[in-house]
Amino acid sequence: MTSPDADSKGFFGDFGGAYVPELLYANIHELQTRYRSIVEDESFVTEWKSLLRDYVGRPSPLYFSQKISKEIGIKLYLKREDLNHTGSHKINNALGQALLAKRLGKTRIIAETGAGQHGVATATACALVDLPCIVYMGEIDMGRQAPNVKRMKYLGADVVPATSGSKVLKDAANEAIRDWIAHPEDTHYLLGSAVGPHPFPEMVAYFQSIISEEIRLQLKEHEGREYPDTAIACIGGGSNAIGTFYHFLDEENVKLIGVEAAGEGVGTGKTAATIASGTEGILHGSRTLLLQTEDGQVQEAYSLSAGLDYPGVGPQHAHLATTKRALYVSVTDSEALEAAQWLSQKEGIIPALESAHALAYLKKGEFQEGEVVVLCLSGRGDKDMATYLEEVS
Amino acid sequence: MTRRFHIQQEKQGGQKLLTIFFTAGYPSLYDTLALVRAVEEAGADLIEIGMPYSDPLADGPLIQQTSAAALQNGMTLSLLFEQLEELRPKSEIPVYLMGYFNPMLQFGVEKFLAECQRVGIDGLIVPDIPLDEYEEKYEELFKKYDVGITFLVLPQTPPERLKLIDRLCTDFIYAVSNPSTTGGKLSIGDAQRAYYHRIEQAGLDTPVQIGFGISDKESFESATEHFAGGIIGSAFIRALQQEEDYVAAARRFVCSIRGDEK
Repeated sequence: MTSPDADSKGFFGDFGGAYVPELLYANIHELQTRYRSIVEDESFVTEWKSLLRDYVGRPSPLYFSQKISKEIGIKLYLKREDLNHTGSHKINNALGQALLAKRLGKTRIIAETGAGQHGVATATACALVDLPCIVYMGEIDMGRQAPNVKRMKYLGADVVPATSGSKVLKDAANEAIRDWIAHPEDTHYLLGSAVGPHPFPEMVAYFQSIISEEIRLQLKEHEGREYPDTAIACIGGGSNAIGTFYHFLDEENVKLIGVEAAGEGVGTGKTAATIASGTEGILHGSRTLLLQTEDGQVQEAYSLSAGLDYPGVGPQHAHLATTKRALYVSVTDSEALEAAQWLSQKEGIIPALESAHALAYLKKGEFQEGEVVVLCLSGRGDKDMATYLEEVS
Repeated sequence: MTRRFHIQQEKQGGQKLLTIFFTAGYPSLYDTLALVRAVEEAGADLIEIGMPYSDPLADGPLIQQTSAAALQNGMTLSLLFEQLEELRPKSEIPVYLMGYFNPMLQFGVEKFLAECQRVGIDGLIVPDIPLDEYEEKYEELFKKYDVGITFLVLPQTPPERLKLIDRLCTDFIYAVSNPSTTGGKLSIGDAQRAYYHRIEQAGLDTPVQIGFGISDKESFESATEHFAGGIIGSAFIRALQQEEDYVAAARRFVCSIRGDEK
């Protein structure tokens, strides 16, 4: 049995836990003890699910991609998270946690963001539920994802540049945590990926599990069975991947594949492929695999995709990798760019650069003739148009 | 063996203990011992040396900056232990290392503790070791190598947790004045007074030192009114930054807290 949940101390095997300064104990303890009963409460589920339907536009379609299926020799279904309101899977979790924050009596929301997708989703959810929203974003990311900064501000959020460290996603998370330390009572930290101290990895996975919940029902309609042969998703921290794997974890016959961002290549030193080249340690309150020096200093991750350049990975993925329940592979910047154009011109769907990593694996991986593959198209590519256009010119 | 902390306490009579914090390898790589000596001579009672880390979550901008600079300078745990080889027996001031858990884990917890014992470190302050993990996995090891531990408490710490922390801590408990990262301002309002009172009334066995936001003689005196002593970090580092002869600046800063213009 591979349970989707952490044990009582927040561990998935050897990974997870809550390695937080005492300064965060009260905040984390409150979430640990209260979140389950809130999110499993019937009125919560009803409210969240009706918003997912009427506001986000769920269920997101499961689209059979005829042309790519034919080219690769498989049956490829794309789970269209890119069609969600705000353009990615991030809204599933942002809405869930915003509703949770309300029920916890919080009056202020903080979040971190890398590419800006989670920041936009959080700003959106906060506008909807009337909570002030502060988004921390690495100063460098604010430059390379300027349109999303504008969207967040237009939605009423404050965007605060993280100027410490390497000024990217990891540092934005550090700043958000420091803010949370200074606001232990009124603030909810709306973490965007399946990382961080317990209960975040488990909770974010729960909110994203809607992805595989729907895949099962939709696949039953298309294929007459609930389980694909293979499920594929890209992975930075790993929230869309864990959402895609969630309801298949127990089905040992379903191959689960997470695609990391190799950046310029695993072994080049410019990579974000944490599972491929990381070692065990602690990052953002969680025992996991991370990119670090021999001295335990956290290293910068590199990927052209701002949503994947995180030097850690969700502890559940570290566990699934160690136990070999899931397979983790990696794809370079240039392979992802090529895959983005491939999908755009074959299917008329411009994917996010993050999701393009998952797509690129279709050309690299080995598949059985005719096997059923579900791939999570986690976001749309509007935000990446400048990068894509630069590549073609 | 009597702990250095208790000898120091005895020596000070009722006087409030002054702990000075600085980051190892800052302002320059080989200053660690020079700063220890200057601070000790000027009248500080305890020293807390920060082990630089790339992602110091509990620290404010100033200590983040010194931490990054120290790493840039080339500070590592191995080098720090090498530098501390000459700490004893010249100095008898209790010295604590403050840092985050990950570098310690990579170094190897047991090897780390053995090094602490070898160079004469009195205890560790590692804010992100969970209490239960410390108790289950590490308490025995700390005892084996005679290395103490200090945990943090803050206004939100529930009473039963305060008791547990009291039981686990060796020389002193580190009370955080108000929830924030290091280097903030000290505020003493009703909530603070209630918190201080609560700690005083808790009947703790371990002496409590207060830190976060103490910057000068006045704030030191008011903050330590209810405690065994106070810890100053960011304000001390700011003083170092203002002068080229930072060893002299260190001395002067400590004297200014002690109200002693020598």
